[in-house]
Amino acid sequence: MQDIILMAHGSGGDAMRNLIEKDFIKYLSNPILNELLDSGVFELSERLALTTDSYVISPIFFKNGDIGRLSVFGTLNDLCVVGAKPLFLSLSFIIEEGFPVADLRRILASISQACNESGVKVITGDTKVVEKNKADKIFINTAGIGVIEKHRDWRNRKIEPNDLIIVTGGIGEHGLYIMLERLGVQTDDEVKSDLSNLTDLILGALDRFDQIKFVRDATRGGVATLLNEICSKYGVEIEVYEQDLPMKEWVRNASEVLGIDPIYSACEGRAVLVVGKSQAEKVLEYLRSHPLGKDATVIGKVKSTNVAKVYLLTRIGTRRVLESLKGDILPRIC
Amino acid sequence: MSNLSYIKNLTKLGPEEIQVIVQKIHDLAKDGEYVIMEFCGTHTREISRYGIRSILPKNLELKSGPGCPVCVTADEDIDYLIGIAEKYDLGVITFGDLVNVPGSNGSLNHLRAKGKEVKVVYSPLESIRIALQNPQKNYVMVGIGFETTVPSLAYTIKKIVELGVENLFYLSLHKLTPPAMKALLDAGEIKLDGIIGPGHVSTIVGIKRWQEYLKNYKIPFVIMGFEPEDVLYGIYFLMKKIKNGEYGVFSTYTRSVSSEGNVFAQNLVDEVFDVSDSVWRGLGVIPKSGLELKPKYSHLDARKKFALDEPVKVRKTACRCGEVLRGVLKPYECPLFAKVCTPTNPKGPCMVSSEGTCAAYYLYENS
Repeated sequence: MQDIILMAHGSGGDAMRNLIEKDFIKYLSNPILNELLDSGVFELSERLALTTDSYVISPIFFKNGDIGRLSVFGTLNDLCVVGAKPLFLSLSFIIEEGFPVADLRRILASISQACNESGVKVITGDTKVVEKNKADKIFINTAGIGVIEKHRDWRNRKIEPNDLIIVTGGIGEHGLYIMLERLGVQTDDEVKSDLSNLTDLILGALDRFDQIKFVRDATRGGVATLLNEICSKYGVEIEVYEQDLPMKEWVRNASEVLGIDPIYSACEGRAVLVVGKSQAEKVLEYLRSHPLGKDATVIGKVKSTNVAKVYLLTRIGTRRVLESLKGDILPRIC
Repeated sequence: MSNLSYIKNLTKLGPEEIQVIVQKIHDLAKDGEYVIMEFCGTHTREISRYGIRSILPKNLELKSGPGCPVCVTADEDIDYLIGIAEKYDLGVITFGDLVNVPGSNGSLNHLRAKGKEVKVVYSPLESIRIALQNPQKNYVMVGIGFETTVPSLAYTIKKIVELGVENLFYLSLHKLTPPAMKALLDAGEIKLDGIIGPGHVSTIVGIKRWQEYLKNYKIPFVIMGFEPEDVLYGIYFLMKKIKNGEYGVFSTYTRSVSSEGNVFAQNLVDEVFDVSDSVWRGLGVIPKSGLELKPKYSHLDARKKFALDEPVKVRKTACRCGEVLRGVLKPYECPLFAKVCTPTNPKGPCMVSSEGTCAAYYLYENS
């Protein structure tokens, strides 16, 4: 009989202890975690960043990733974009009763691999099991802590007119691909999520350039929503060029079929940077030399400080407002 | 570039060619006032999304019509759906936009938040999978959409019967577009010089169907594609017809629309549905503008299976979607627009649907 998760696995008793010792420690072993204390204990004395994110994606396994890899990279990306080098993660599961243990192991192995690739450690965690139909298979929360070296901290650099907006690669891939998966559409190999760990790309850029004035990874709401966030946070007007938005051919096609504008579709491996004009060319050159930034493109610029709005220059030469995402266009994609 | 008729692939037009077309439209419209209506919600959205109004002459007005299936769904139908879902504990399966449309007592979204099952699908065939996976529960699939959507739903209905699915019922809210176009012209409430015909609907119904409906009207009707280049070229073409006093049904969407339309799809629909009268928001009852299941399939008909204790009483609101749908009112002339009614908190369906006129104005022209 297939092993499944039972209510007892989340009860705090022996079944849970077994799960932790046999599986969690096996996959995620490191000295801090292995102490098995109520908290992971460590020492740091620098500028720190702390972030948290919950992952409820359906399907939990997809072509080039799964909910485990996503829950590591998603949180690492939130750290690195503020200039933090990720160090430690917490990892919490909410699991639906009856979930196959084999699938849990597969997710743990994936988390382990993602951590090893990234040089981060899971140092504390939690597991809860809820009755059948009270959750959809498995939900994961991770929190991450990282250190910010002073030269990577861009927060006090001032965004000004003529700064350029760079996106590090093709837009909208994760959201549209997951929608196709949910619909059961058979897709070619090139159709996949852009899920990736941006740490090396972004910290590398922050090490080399002091005119990077803002970095954020484009997730839910897509690039359009992110640009609107910049506008309202800094009170600037941004102009985006429709024709320069990097977009894979399949993204264009899928967006037509699904009626979802790629500029509102989520990414999981793309960042948007605001860069001072004097360094923009060099930043672009650096990004393009990195495997995760080879399609990096200037997509627009900071136009003025008169109004906090994003405008899109269309391919037919008109100009219109580019609003942030309203409501939700996509079901659980991250 | 004096003659544009050689252009085959309109979507490959560059900015200079676009400028030439726009200039020609300005030249054609330079004397007089012209009003054109786009029937279809996808045209409405693309016209707003590409800022097309901003480059057209001021004296050429584009009015938006009732071509958004979610928008024209009557309040009583939404209330009935929510009513039977609550009374009979039905799971509701629907396409996306409908879940946000406010009825008299909240939307399907509210129903879901209250713990009822509301599933959004892209493909109607998913409804069968959902029903088969939960055999102890009854479901209602909401059939919404114009001629473009109906064939896939007709296919789904045939499959429901073929597979003997016993817990899945069907609520037909389908609407047919040519009768509505005709009703709008007959009402004579607005003066129109020309009409932008819907591209997708016409791909299914063909040019002939429109010719039957519009044969007594002296107005040019030009079916166009949806890319901004298609629309601009189409408007240029339409303006030429207006200026020359030509009328009838024309198509510049030749890569998709034929005279007969998609006969296979038409037959599929005829097999499953009969034409019926239907209530349109803003337009009232339009004869022969809806679809109901043929007697052979009536055991699937939610209206026959699930009755409410009392007839639905629609609550009056200040929403003026009805007038917007008839082209009588511009979205920004409604007192609710962009104040209490926004895409995040819509008061009427025209602000909900991605093809709704109010949503298009709010999202793309609200600068």
